[in-house]
Amino acid sequence: MAVELDVFVGNTTIMDEEVYQLWLDGYTVNDAVKVRMAGGMLDECEANQDVLLSDTMDQYRTFQMCERLLQSPAKLANQLLFQIPPHRQTMLIERYYAFDDVFVREVLGKKLSKGTKKDLDDIGAKTGVTLKSCRRQFDNFKRVFKVVEELKGPLVENIRQHFLLSDKLARDYAAIVFFANNRFETGKKKLQYLTFQDFAFCAGQLINNWTVGAVDNTVEDMDVDLDKEFLQELKELKILITDKDLLDQHKSLVCTALRGKTKAFAEMEANFKNLSRGLVNIATKLTNTKDVRDFFIDLVEKFIEPCRSDRWTSADIKLYLTHYTNSAHILDSFKHQAVWDRYMGVIKSCIYKMYHD
Amino acid sequence: MPGKLKAKIVAGRHLPVMDRASDLTDAFVEVKFGNTTFKTDVFPKSLNPQWNSEWFKFEVDDEDLQDEPLQITVLDHDTYSANDAIGKVYIDIDPLLCTEAASIISGWFPIYDTIHGIRGEINVLVKVELFNDLNRFRQSSCGVKFFCTTSIPRGYRAAMVHGFVEELVVNEDPEYQWIDRIRTPRASNEARQRLISLMSGELQRKIGLKVLEMGGNAVVGYLQCFDLEGESGLVVRAIGTACTLEKQSSGSLVNTHTHPNTAPASNACNSPSKDGKESPLAHGCRSTHNSPVHSACSSQRLSQNFSVSVPTLIFTGMGSGGSAGKEAGPLKTLLRQQTQTALEQREFPFFTLTSFPPGFLVHVGGVVSARSVKLLDRIHNPALGNTRSYKLLDWNSVTADEPETRDAWWEEIRQEIKSHAKALGCHAVVGYSENTSICEEVCILSASGTAAILNPRYMREGCLDIGSTDQRFDDPSPPSCGFCHIPYDELNMPFPAQLTYCYNCRRQKVPDVLFTTIDLPAEAAVTGKGCLIQARLCRLKKKAQGEVNATAISNLLPFMEYELHTQLMNKLKLRSMNALFGLHIQISVGENMLLGLASATGVYLTALPAPGGIQIAGKTSGDLNNEQHIQAIQKRINDTIAKNKELYQINPPELTEEGVGSPIPEPRHRSRLFRSHSESSDEVSELDLSHGKKDAFVLEIDDTDAVEDIHSLLIDASPPTGFYTCNTETMPGIYNWTTAVQMFTSVRVLRLSNANLSNQSLNKIFTDLCENLLKSFYFKLRSNIPCCLCHLNFTVAVPEEELIQVSVTAVAMTFDKDQTQERFITKGGIETEEQLQFPLELCADSSSTNAQPSSKFSGVPENTIVSPRAASVDYGSFADRCSTWLELLRLKAHTIRRGSVKTSRRTQSLAHSVSSLEHCSPLTEGRPRSLRSSRSFGGSSVTMVKMTPLSFLPGTRIIKYLGIINMFFIRETTSLREEGGVSGFLHSFIAEVFAMVRAHVAALGGNAVVSYSMKDCVLMENPNKNQAQCLINVSGDAVICVRETDQEPMTSMTNIGQTCAADGAT
Repeated sequence: MAVELDVFVGNTTIMDEEVYQLWLDGYTVNDAVKVRMAGGMLDECEANQDVLLSDTMDQYRTFQMCERLLQSPAKLANQLLFQIPPHRQTMLIERYYAFDDVFVREVLGKKLSKGTKKDLDDIGAKTGVTLKSCRRQFDNFKRVFKVVEELKGPLVENIRQHFLLSDKLARDYAAIVFFANNRFETGKKKLQYLTFQDFAFCAGQLINNWTVGAVDNTVEDMDVDLDKEFLQELKELKILITDKDLLDQHKSLVCTALRGKTKAFAEMEANFKNLSRGLVNIATKLTNTKDVRDFFIDLVEKFIEPCRSDRWTSADIKLYLTHYTNSAHILDSFKHQAVWDRYMGVIKSCIYKMYHD
Repeated sequence: MPGKLKAKIVAGRHLPVMDRASDLTDAFVEVKFGNTTFKTDVFPKSLNPQWNSEWFKFEVDDEDLQDEPLQITVLDHDTYSANDAIGKVYIDIDPLLCTEAASIISGWFPIYDTIHGIRGEINVLVKVELFNDLNRFRQSSCGVKFFCTTSIPRGYRAAMVHGFVEELVVNEDPEYQWIDRIRTPRASNEARQRLISLMSGELQRKIGLKVLEMGGNAVVGYLQCFDLEGESGLVVRAIGTACTLEKQSSGSLVNTHTHPNTAPASNACNSPSKDGKESPLAHGCRSTHNSPVHSACSSQRLSQNFSVSVPTLIFTGMGSGGSAGKEAGPLKTLLRQQTQTALEQREFPFFTLTSFPPGFLVHVGGVVSARSVKLLDRIHNPALGNTRSYKLLDWNSVTADEPETRDAWWEEIRQEIKSHAKALGCHAVVGYSENTSICEEVCILSASGTAAILNPRYMREGCLDIGSTDQRFDDPSPPSCGFCHIPYDELNMPFPAQLTYCYNCRRQKVPDVLFTTIDLPAEAAVTGKGCLIQARLCRLKKKAQGEVNATAISNLLPFMEYELHTQLMNKLKLRSMNALFGLHIQISVGENMLLGLASATGVYLTALPAPGGIQIAGKTSGDLNNEQHIQAIQKRINDTIAKNKELYQINPPELTEEGVGSPIPEPRHRSRLFRSHSESSDEVSELDLSHGKKDAFVLEIDDTDAVEDIHSLLIDASPPTGFYTCNTETMPGIYNWTTAVQMFTSVRVLRLSNANLSNQSLNKIFTDLCENLLKSFYFKLRSNIPCCLCHLNFTVAVPEEELIQVSVTAVAMTFDKDQTQERFITKGGIETEEQLQFPLELCADSSSTNAQPSSKFSGVPENTIVSPRAASVDYGSFADRCSTWLELLRLKAHTIRRGSVKTSRRTQSLAHSVSSLEHCSPLTEGRPRSLRSSRSFGGSSVTMVKMTPLSFLPGTRIIKYLGIINMFFIRETTSLREEGGVSGFLHSFIAEVFAMVRAHVAALGGNAVVSYSMKDCVLMENPNKNQAQCLINVSGDAVICVRETDQEPMTSMTNIGQTCAADGAT
């Protein structure tokens, strides 16, 4: 005696958020039933294991049928097959496109190619995310990437409109797309301590200030590619470290301003030239794609690590960078104020974010 | 040429990719009506084509308009090879033919393919211009309104209820034609879909003609069914109740109750007149079984009849004064005479309605049903198979006897029903329905209904003498109990039963138990809440062929009926209830078993005596172990009863000692006398055996079977807290529904692994299947708590050997926990409530108990003077009672058959149809503009369409009926595994059917479907071949409804706005 067929279809499609999450997380039906049982579901409405199994299977089938629509969310709103109230649709989409930070951290900056997809089982094993869930997340990244690649206009807005995502999620996806496009290196051991949210913040800064879109919002890929002209102009900053006078002058201005305001003053003074060289060198090398990729690793190696070994606090960092940036304006012979501000604005915020006490 | 049909193809969206190379599609559309076809241009390389075609015009007869659907085919253009079909849309244009329904069809329709399911959507506009046709001999019946709803539709009042209409058409099933061997499954499915669509159209037209002939303008309670008889063909049949409906002015829409007796006869249905009682009625159990009869028919058909009726017990006089004895006699006779003249002119005084205008139903006699086993004939005319067109066959020449035969079968059954009703002293049958179960060549035809006495004022013939007759019917018995009073003669009871004086009005006799197929009347006085009660039964039978098989089935049927009734009775008592409403018994036949499923809603009618308990008796007394065992069971039963009383809030106040003995001493005496008349002497002696003088129902444990039965009795779990269940429209005691409704369909198929199952283990499996389904519903719908699962409609089938299929459609309705909140009654109106005060006061006076104020809130007395111990007569053994009835009925049925005279159905005078033409002609007025839903051409959000099997949506008002939805779909797959197995296949198919229903309703401008039902769900699978096929038939009424508080359609929920259609019909 076996149940050959068992379906339940509501005029308004019934979807349990908890089961949806289990499905998204890649649980098999049987595992999902176990999780639900452990979660005390049996106490509700005198349910038993069979009831849970039947319910879970039904819902899984529904989700599978919906998946095609979720992949192009705009369709979900005007399809006729499932009657789902608008607020439920929003929930379904938002959850479908949600991702695990641990997972995204692994693929951030990698090419969204078949090759990467093949490695997903390793990533899954490493992060504890099921392969099924990894695939969904990876495919979501890839799908969003493909769609916005060819669109004009602001990246975040495009993602939000095409995939009907919340602002927060759209920004995260923009970061993922931005990283994938510029292939930033994020996997090095030294960068392991950084979370996805750290990177996402930095991506936001870069998108808003360093891309073509920051100056002109009509070009294609405006938010994805860095502003080539700007990168070229960055070379001019080299003077800050090559000109001995300028470097000394800069140092003395910063030190005057900092004196007595922090315990780490001695270290700051001692390291000034090193740190300044590091930051300016990063700027001047950004015309090379290879060096763009290493942007974050360079920041860590050239600035964050030295500071950390000297036990600067976040406040110290803030103080130092503020005066470092501002003092350059007082330098008479330094003529590249605009470029300097555009550069340091981003660097400052990125370093704040990336510097963990 | 009385009509012009116009169609415009606007756009498509979400089309499938048909060209792999470009990942695009070159789509165009063919629009076909009758034999005329138009094409749009090809819209190249797009999945969202914008055709924006011209208006395609078809000039057609209105007859064709009724029969034919508009067929829209979307194709992919291919330069080098044949064009590929993407899918089709069939649009039934019937709603456009009626002035009061929709005026334009416009919207997105799913493009459906029988192999691939829904493949994108197409936006279409359809309009009809009708020219006035004065030809009286016309073949069309445009303008007759059809309703699936089994009550007078909201917003209308019935000026006249004409009565029963029926029709059937027969054709060869395309699936079984020789050509099917060489054509594709798709072509075959489409041929079938189209044929059935044509046949439904024709059927509806023919029924419409009959209605016009009778002088009506509408059919309510329209019930259409398909019989897939396999090789012997395909039958589409329908029954309904012809009425003359009048639209109510918008002001009185909410409160259907206008004024009582002041109104002339034609208004009568609206009045909650004092004399009015809705009546569901009593129980008792009669069954007849006619031994197999070989019909003399040339084709050598075997026919076996079997019938059962479950009537009421006693006739209550119409006596005005209260002394039922003498006065009742003449009055009753008078009533009989009048109503009989009213109804006897009709061949079948049947009504498919299940709820009625106040005052319509006077008394209810009980359930009557009849079954008959038939052998289907193979089609013996090979010439038929050659016809390639699926045009309806010409019955007169080719298969003249086919519809005739089926007609004759049904006629036989209806006669049987009629005679049963007569035996119960009733002249009419209400809540009438018919169905079939087919397995190979055996077919069981069943019909059932509730015998009743109706108020003749609603019947034209009965209106002759309105002035005086009306007075007579001003029966003082209150509407809250009047329907319970027995309609038959106390001295000539059709079956043995215990009668007592009504516990509500104390004037007239009521039976101890009442079974009916109708809905609980709104004004009925009910104690506590109700619940779904089911009896389930499996019986194995040997595999056999032909007549042997039919005989075997026929022999099993009476036992099944008997057992189902016993189960129902026991379960009713276990819940401490005394009446069943909405009783539906389905017997389904398979190759090696029969399945029986009876569902009903049990309630405690205040007017009826409290049910006695259930007492267990062991035959083999003396054995100590056994005694203990019995005591244990007895205790469990008693505990269950006590628990149920609490659960369903059945707490009639205990009477004082005096009261307990006999609320009315006299009747007790009388009924005792009575019993000795009608019951066999066996029964009398049985009385003594039945453990003392208690009024308990005795179950004897004499073998293991009985033990099993008792266990199964106790196995039914009551619904978890927060849930109520019923199979009727609403639940007594719950009024404050919220607007949250969730309609659902669930199907489960069980494969019996072991071929050597016993009846008992099969029963257990079947019972568990049903119980588990209910458990699943509770769990799935737990977020709707507190809620009531209403209209739980179970359908069983045996699709193959060793498979049991159960399909359920129901609606979960949420209500506010706070019962003191202002109640919302859809039927009753305020006046009912006032009326109820009357019986309440009476009760309070006549006994020492006071009705508690709480009853005011609910409008239903929670407390009345019924005492659980008050039943005045001892129960005999149920078994004996039944067997006596069997005997009795057998005799009776024979006599009646001999005596019955057939009258021709066609004797209706034509004069009526002439005079009523004014009423019903759709063409006399200009077409009113209908409210349109704002169209989403651009692809904005989709209109929400609510669906419910009930005739209303809580918290809303139906402002317009847009026409009947009657759709038939076939889905087939040759990649079952890839579609998620048979569950995945059916799941998506049901979802697709819902989607197509919603799309059609939205295109008509509607936002809801009421009285929705899934009449067929036939699933065939062959997992080895990776194939499956499924047929689904659904129906309902498309409506526009607005929030109760709003004047205008609900804007928030449904996008229904003021946006008028660009232009109404000209």
